[in-house]
Amino acid sequence: MASGSMNGTILSLTGITKSFPGVLANDHIDFSLNRGEIHTLLGENGAGKTTLMNILYGLYTPDEGEIRINGEEVSIRTPADALSHGIGMVHQHFMLIPIMDITENIILGKESKKRGLIDREEAESRIRELSEKYSFHLNPRDIIKDLSIGMQQKVEIIKALYREAQILILDEPTAVLTPQESKELFSILRSLKNEGKSIIFISHKLKEVLEISDIITVLRDGKVIGSVRPEDTSEQELARMMVGREVILKVRKTEKKKGAPVLEVKDLVVQDTRGVQVVNAISFTVHQGEIFGVAGVQGNGQTELVQALTGLLPFQSGEIRIQGQPIFGNRPREVTRLGTAHIPEDRHTFGLVLPYPVRDNLILCTYYTSPFSRHGILDSPYIAEKSLKLIKEFDIRTPAHTTITDTLSGGNQQKTVVARELSRDNRLLIAAQPTRGLDVGSIEYIHKKIIETRDSGCGVLLVSSELEEILSLTDTIGVIFKGEIIRTLDSREATKEGLGLLMAGIKK
Amino acid sequence: MKLNRQRSGYQELFIPFLSIATSLIIGAVIIWASGANVYRAYQGLLEGAFGKPRAIAETFVITTPYILTGLAVAFGFKCGLFNIGVEGQLYAGAVTAAFIGYAVKGLPQFIHLPFALLAGIAAGAVWGGIPGYLKAKTGGHEVINTIMMNHIMIKLTDYLVKNPMLDTSASIPRTPYIMETAHMPKIFPAFRMHWGFVLAIAAVFFIYFLLFKTTLGFEIRTVGLNQNAARYAGMNVSKNFIVAMAISGGLAGCAGAGEVLGLNYTLPAAFISGYGFDAIAIALLAKSNPFGIIPSAALWAALRNGAGLMQIRASISIDLINIIQAFVIMFIAAPKIVRWIYRIRAERGKEGIILTKGWGK
Repeated sequence: MASGSMNGTILSLTGITKSFPGVLANDHIDFSLNRGEIHTLLGENGAGKTTLMNILYGLYTPDEGEIRINGEEVSIRTPADALSHGIGMVHQHFMLIPIMDITENIILGKESKKRGLIDREEAESRIRELSEKYSFHLNPRDIIKDLSIGMQQKVEIIKALYREAQILILDEPTAVLTPQESKELFSILRSLKNEGKSIIFISHKLKEVLEISDIITVLRDGKVIGSVRPEDTSEQELARMMVGREVILKVRKTEKKKGAPVLEVKDLVVQDTRGVQVVNAISFTVHQGEIFGVAGVQGNGQTELVQALTGLLPFQSGEIRIQGQPIFGNRPREVTRLGTAHIPEDRHTFGLVLPYPVRDNLILCTYYTSPFSRHGILDSPYIAEKSLKLIKEFDIRTPAHTTITDTLSGGNQQKTVVARELSRDNRLLIAAQPTRGLDVGSIEYIHKKIIETRDSGCGVLLVSSELEEILSLTDTIGVIFKGEIIRTLDSREATKEGLGLLMAGIKK
Repeated sequence: MKLNRQRSGYQELFIPFLSIATSLIIGAVIIWASGANVYRAYQGLLEGAFGKPRAIAETFVITTPYILTGLAVAFGFKCGLFNIGVEGQLYAGAVTAAFIGYAVKGLPQFIHLPFALLAGIAAGAVWGGIPGYLKAKTGGHEVINTIMMNHIMIKLTDYLVKNPMLDTSASIPRTPYIMETAHMPKIFPAFRMHWGFVLAIAAVFFIYFLLFKTTLGFEIRTVGLNQNAARYAGMNVSKNFIVAMAISGGLAGCAGAGEVLGLNYTLPAAFISGYGFDAIAIALLAKSNPFGIIPSAALWAALRNGAGLMQIRASISIDLINIIQAFVIMFIAAPKIVRWIYRIRAERGKEGIILTKGWGK
């Protein structure tokens, strides 16, 4: 492709600095994006990627530094400014209104009008045009809530293109996609790039970063560590740049020593809160010293399965036994008492009380037992002592045990959950998406802890939509699709491609 | 990540203080605009509230029910419940304490007084517990139900006082005077200030202890901040709703009983408290902190007590006090305004209060 003008610098950030009370989130960051280039911003959570993009998108004002677009200095104070300079953003959590159709969502805030009324015709035809051009196969009249996650993401991309964005920011776009959907997204990104659009791609998945990027800039602690071209680097080097030390990417796991059953599930049927049957007669068994992985694309019943197993949701029929004891559902404490640790899927909703100090989150499930309390009165000195011990043991990076949990990074919040759950005497660990949204360092740590738990003789149920995680940690894999386990296999026989197809419901 | 801890503590106090100061300034502008003398008005306000020992004692008399009712609302907030029914629960406590006070005879004071007081607390607890139960079992929103319960109790009290409980020998409709044995003693014989004030301060310590040092308090606060996490931790959310509403109602009932046993020694049909509604403002100003309730209640009491003299001195309407109070609440409820006026940066991640979480579930 590309003559000189195509490859010129479209965006340059110079000396961007932004501090929050007590934190220097961006420390003199220089970043430049060429026209028709996919430039990846790689870094752990808390490295400053999001802050930088929020500055570019007008959500924060930088303390220092300048932004130039096409060589001209600009001031971006609101997202509207960003849009007017041709910057569009696809957020990690989609900003779509589920009950509206595609057209309505796309034109929202930028309605084309005819005599004061919305001109749908015109909008629809432009959306059709864009959809055909990039082969998105979208019907402008489809309602958002009926679309798959992958489709919704395409709507977000069209939304940016409809606003004539020249620079697209994609914030962790593959976090919610199946491998097949990711592939499709990458081919869309490539065709956008060939059109001359410039893309900032944010991710911490090393493999895909190497696959899609033209250039990779690594951030750590608010500073640029360096920029590399994918052909000149490796996963190992990128991980080292990101974390600042050598990282063990492959989990070292000894052979399994499978013992007696810990968790037995037979013909389990669960309805979600709306009364839709989302788990259809699932049966499986988890043994001592075994990691049983439930692989599947988000939204295939995993959430409800885990909630039923942990007593958060009643189940309609079937049988759950933990350590041979039948569980009747809807009583989380009963499950905990049988020696179950639960790392919930959504740590903000279930796992933590964010406005609480770390200390209180560490005792959330044991506060009523001795020695944490006696006769209904909390033993504060003991709780403080125990918390400090756990903070040290599980390497939770917090200024104090009284620090508000909300102010910690995602990785440290998750470590708080893990510390609480693994500090009990467990027989079974149920971990749902335990590393979602975490940085490489924290993922490494949590994987290590899960393996340790297994090696100590616990049974582990690991529910994950990350194939890498399933493949590297589990001993046995059950693939869940539309509420059924459609195949159970030994993880040594599993391949990424094979699992990807099974997750999409293709049994071959 | 480091936190500027010192700054966060001081902001907690600074914003309410600035809200009050700003409201008084706005009040001054209004007084000036209506042609009255600002100095005389505020001097009258101050003197009316604190000018003489008697004025101070009267401020304490009003502070007493304000502390208890403010505490009741704050306690509800801590469990994520918006108890607007404090007024009704206060009436329940007042009417019950009055009945035990005059109808039960022949008991010594050390039994009769606690009995009447506890009966008032129990009545408030029941009246508060009912909407708690309705929320726990049916999902009925406590805001709606407590408002309805207010209407029921206020009308019921009116009926009881004018009919079965009426003292027919009295010139105004009221209940008979309570027995001497049910009187809450005065602190100083010369003033109306009674031991209810000490009781209210003790209640503050008790509620603080309950909330922050007991497992029950831990459960209530967890339910208030994150119901899902509470369920995950195996707590019984329904039980906590009922218990929290009952305790909140009990505090309100105690306020009502105190008014009868310590102050009026009877319950007149014309009994209008309004404490239960001001209590919402007091709890907001105190940010639901039990100890914050004391100065917050004292401020409200001083404004209420000083308003009369302000009216006389500056011939300005007593309603000005309501305007000032309204501004204080507005600034507390929307701290962004105060932050903007005084250029104070926001802070993250404090244990705040959640007023109400939508309707139904």
